[in-house]
Amino acid sequence: MANHSLISLSNVKKSYKLGEDVIVEALKGINLEIKTGEFVAITGPSGSGKSTLMHLIGILDKPTSGIVSLDGKDIAKLKEEELATLRNKHIGFVFQAFNLLPKTSAIENVELPLIYSKVKSTERKTRAIEALKSVGLGERLDHTPAQLSGGQQQRVAIARALVTSPSLILADEPTGNLDSKSGEEILKLLKDLNKKGNTIVLVTHEQDIARQAKRIVQVRDGLIV
Amino acid sequence: MISLNEVTKLAIKSLLRNKTRSILTMLGIIIGVSAVILLVAIGQGLQNYITTQFESLGSNVIAVLPGKVGGEGGGFSPGSGPNFSGTKLTLKDVADIAKLGGSVESAGAAIQNPTSVSNLGKSKYATIVGADANYLQIRNLTASSGRQVNEGDVRVARNVAVVGSSVAEKLFGTGQVVGKQVAIGGQKFEVIGILSKIGSGGFGIDSSNFVIIPVTSAQKAFGIKGVQSIVANADKKENIPLAISQIKKLLGKRLKEDDFSVLDQASLVDSINQILGVVTLALGGIAAISLVVGGVGIMNIMLVSVTERTREIGLRKAVGAKPQDILIQFLIEAIVLSLGGGMIGVAIGALGAWGVNHFIATSVTFWSVTLAFGVSAAVGVIFGVAPAARASKLNPIEALKYE
Repeated sequence: MANHSLISLSNVKKSYKLGEDVIVEALKGINLEIKTGEFVAITGPSGSGKSTLMHLIGILDKPTSGIVSLDGKDIAKLKEEELATLRNKHIGFVFQAFNLLPKTSAIENVELPLIYSKVKSTERKTRAIEALKSVGLGERLDHTPAQLSGGQQQRVAIARALVTSPSLILADEPTGNLDSKSGEEILKLLKDLNKKGNTIVLVTHEQDIARQAKRIVQVRDGLIV
Repeated sequence: MISLNEVTKLAIKSLLRNKTRSILTMLGIIIGVSAVILLVAIGQGLQNYITTQFESLGSNVIAVLPGKVGGEGGGFSPGSGPNFSGTKLTLKDVADIAKLGGSVESAGAAIQNPTSVSNLGKSKYATIVGADANYLQIRNLTASSGRQVNEGDVRVARNVAVVGSSVAEKLFGTGQVVGKQVAIGGQKFEVIGILSKIGSGGFGIDSSNFVIIPVTSAQKAFGIKGVQSIVANADKKENIPLAISQIKKLLGKRLKEDDFSVLDQASLVDSINQILGVVTLALGGIAAISLVVGGVGIMNIMLVSVTERTREIGLRKAVGAKPQDILIQFLIEAIVLSLGGGMIGVAIGALGAWGVNHFIATSVTFWSVTLAFGVSAAVGVIFGVAPAARASKLNPIEALKYE
C-alpha cells in the first residue's frame, strides 16, 4: 500500500456569518494530511470545530481560506456538480443517525450511491449484495430499516459507504446511536475494513472510541492541538 | 446527471413509499379531469344529437321564427333566441307566404305548447303541436291509423287530435284509441288518429310524445293570437337563399326587422351549435378551474414533502446526487402525480360519460381528452417547479442536521 497523500488541508480557515455582524471563526488554520490506508480519529469537545473539519474532509463544504485538496484537486475551484461527483467517487459516509431511506430494502439503500455514479442496475445489485455480505448482512438483503436493529442498520450504512470502493470512509459518530455492544461490533468492523486497506476517518467526541484508531487528531477551539 | 430513466424510477419508488398520500394528492386532478371529460362529453353529445335531428328535417325547409334569432346572417349574439311568446307572426302571413310562388313551394304554421293531456284521470305531459295541413306535410308528420288533421279541421277549428304513440299508450293502454276523447287545456278533443313513428319532431324532440291539433284550435285553447313558427319549402335546395329573401321582403312590409327571423336548416344548426359550443366551453372551463385547484394541491403536498424529506435529500447529495438530479426527481414526482391523476380522471370521466349515455347522448371527444391530459401535465410541471427547486438548493450539511 503506497502511503501517498489522499487529502490535505493547509492553513484552512472557515468562518460562518451568524446574523448581520457576528462572524464565528470555526476553524482558525488547520494543517492536516491523511494518507491512504490510515485510520484517523478526529476528536474534540462539542464546539471545537470537529464537525466543520469533517464537512471539509467530506467535501460537503468549501473553506473560507486555505487549501483543501483531494486526490490532488483544489476543491475551492470546483463547482457544486463536480464536488458531488468527487464525493460520489472518493468518500463513503457513515452517519450517527444511519440515514437510510425508510421503507426501502437494504439492497436498494446500498445501491443508492451507485445510481448517482451511473452504474447499470444489474451490476448495482451484484455490488450491493457483495457489500452487504462483507458487513455480515448477506441474510438480510430485502429487509427494510424498520425490520433491522440499530447495529444492523449501521452495517447497512457502512455497506452503502463501501459499495463505491471509495478512497476514504468518513464515519461521523457512528456508534452514537447504538448500545455499547453494537457500538463495539461497528468499531470492530471499521478496524477490519482498515486492515483490508480502507482509509478511515472517524469523528467522535468519545476518547475511548478515538483510542481505537491508529492516529488521533485533537481539535480544540478551531485548531489541532 | 443521471439518466431520465433512472430518475423516473427513483421518483416512482418514492411515490410508492407513500401510497396513501400519493393517491390523495392525485384526487384533485382526478376530479378535475373527470369533470372536464364528462361535462364536455355531455355538451358535445347534445350538439351531435341536435345536429342529426335537424338534418333529418329535410334540407329544403326554411323556418320563420318570431324575434331575432342569433346565427341569422352569420352573426352570433349569445342569449338571443326565438321570442315565441311575443310573436307577431299571423296565419295571414302564412297564407301570404304560401301564395308567394317563385321559389317558395308551400308554407305551414305551427304553435307548440308543452302541456298535459288527460283521459279519465290518466294524464301525460306532451308537446301539443297546433298545426295546419301544410306544416304537417312539410314536417312529414303522418297518421298511422285513423286520419291526420286536414284543412277542413283547421278552417272550422275543430277539436280533433292526432296523438303520438307514447301518449296513446299512456292514456289508453293497448285498447282502442281513435274515437276516444282527451282533454287539453280544459277543452275536449276527439282523437282521430295515431301519429306515425316515422317523421321527426325536430328540435331533438321525440315525435311519439306529440299531440297534433289544428292550429286554429290551439289558438283558442291556449289563447294565442298569432302563430309561433312558420315552415316553408323551397322548390330546390339551390333556391333556398332566393326563397329566404322573398319571404323576408314580404314580411318586411308589415313587420320590423327585429320581429322575425328567416332561417334555413344550415343556419339554424349553426346558431344552435354556436350556443351549445359556448355552453360546452363554459362547462369545461369551470371544470378546468378544479384542475388548477388540484395542481395547487400537488404543489402543497410536494412542498411539505420537501421539508419532510430534507434528510433524504441531504443524504442523496452527500452520496453524489447533483442539484439537477434532485430537481428532476422532484419534478418527475409531481408530473407522475398529475399525469397519473389525469389518466385515472380520463378513465372515470369516460366511464361516467358511458353511464350518462343511457339518459343523455354523450360523446367523449379527442380534444377534451387531449386538453385534460395536456393541462394536467402542465399543472405537474408548473406546480412541481417550486418544490423541486427548493429541494435541489438544499445545503447537504444543513439537510443532514435537520431533525
